Amino acid sequence: MPTTTEPETVPAPATAATVPAIKFENVEKRFGDNVVLKDLNFEVAKGDRVTLIGPSGSGKTTILRLVMTLEDLSGGFIYIDGEPLTHEERGGKRVELGEKAQKQIRKRIGMVFQQFNLFPNMSVLENIIEAPVHVLGQSKEEATARAMELLESVGLPDKADAHPLELSGGQQQRVAIARALAMDPEILLLDEVTSALDPEIVGEVLGILRHIAATTDITMLIVTHEMQFARDVSNRVMMFDGGKVVEEATPEVMFTNPQHERTQSFLHAVLGNAEDQIGTR
Amino acid sequence: MEANFAALAEAAPRIWEGLGITLLLTLGGALLAIVIAVVLGLGARLNNVFLRGICRAFIEFFRGTSLVVQLFFFFFVLPQLGVDLPAMVCGILGLGLNYGAYCAEVVRGSINSVPTGQWEATTALSLSKTQRMRRIIFPQAWALMIPSLTNYLIHMLKGTAIVSFITLADLTYHTEQLRQDTNTFFAYGVSLVIYFVLAYILTLMMNGLEVQAKHKLGRGDSLRETLSLKAPETTVAAEGGRG
Repeated sequence: MPTTTEPETVPAPATAATVPAIKFENVEKRFGDNVVLKDLNFEVAKGDRVTLIGPSGSGKTTILRLVMTLEDLSGGFIYIDGEPLTHEERGGKRVELGEKAQKQIRKRIGMVFQQFNLFPNMSVLENIIEAPVHVLGQSKEEATARAMELLESVGLPDKADAHPLELSGGQQQRVAIARALAMDPEILLLDEVTSALDPEIVGEVLGILRHIAATTDITMLIVTHEMQFARDVSNRVMMFDGGKVVEEATPEVMFTNPQHERTQSFLHAVLGNAEDQIGTR
Repeated sequence: MEANFAALAEAAPRIWEGLGITLLLTLGGALLAIVIAVVLGLGARLNNVFLRGICRAFIEFFRGTSLVVQLFFFFFVLPQLGVDLPAMVCGILGLGLNYGAYCAEVVRGSINSVPTGQWEATTALSLSKTQRMRRIIFPQAWALMIPSLTNYLIHMLKGTAIVSFITLADLTYHTEQLRQDTNTFFAYGVSLVIYFVLAYILTLMMNGLEVQAKHKLGRGDSLRETLSLKAPETTVAAEGGRG
């Protein structure tokens, strides 16, 4: 079959620096008749910290869930490090990859959820070493040593044997962060990680994420309502509305001088409520 | 009345034997049932339409046919087809298949009741489907399914009473014999008491399992802590549901 493939659909052999960590190509996501994302194209460079903002229902969480393969991709392609995540183009057709191939790519991606989702049938330590031991094939000793380091770094070294439900929400979320990091992900997805927490505890979780952002080169894709955090951590902010990128800018520009009317009204609504908090933090 | 108790004392060794048969049937049936329930419960969730169809058909067939007829079929029809099974094997097969089909729905339902977030976390950690089920989902579903399994276990204990139809001399069979030496009221009264005590012991054991399973999930005290208090709080729920 004569291929008339356009140049940009072929994963070009490029140097590591130019291959984007995440690439969305004509991505479409439908839930039944409801089109959440349509013809979405964007790239996230390695080491980028990109925050997605926008009203609820704008599709930002769906983007994270697509990258984590928690949702089926209705159309288009997602590439991780230039490699197809769930679908690829083969002989001019869009083909779904096998589970094994998908898993190889998925292993490089970690996610922290709004509701923590720690496993209640395991201790804190067991939660953290589960995947390193059973997916990456690390020895129990190796995984435990690393888990203890991570627990130290999230400030919970004495909670290794605790049961997840004995911990406060903030502590559970810190364990969830440690659990995601134990897989040494290249990409970390943070899905409204402080939304389920008491306002008082939000700071302790964000502090840890700031530290991770400052000390690692993990690519991060962040959905958050904490604009100050977005401003501190990310180098790029994308404003979504109706499944499309309305505006994209550095946090400085986005939060001080947004160009698009929709962004202005959104930020006005969000920051109007949160102005006091931002001042004090 | 004294004569009744004398007759009971005389019949005691036989009733004891019958009790053994009843317990063997109950435990054998329960073991087979739980294996079938897990296999079919998991099978009914498969993506493969063919395998899922087989599991569903199996569940529907054994749920939808009478236990007595199944027992008769195993005991009287199979020999005509050249398969001659001992009565005890027929009893355990019948009970296990019948209750296994019911319990498969319990297993399936409990697995589906494990919160979505747990499934998603396993995907985010790249666990395989087998690892996900074996290490994360099933242990959580187990705590959810115990109360319903307890119900079916009690049902099964009482269901064993029909095996005397296929020549097994169980508890009911021997109390029936006792009736001929005493009277209806006394014999069936004894029978009621024995079944109740057995059912209650099974309920308590299952409650223990439930307490332990919940404790493993971080909900409630450990079994030891619970026993050191009074009765387990779950007793009420399990008794309420007993048929």
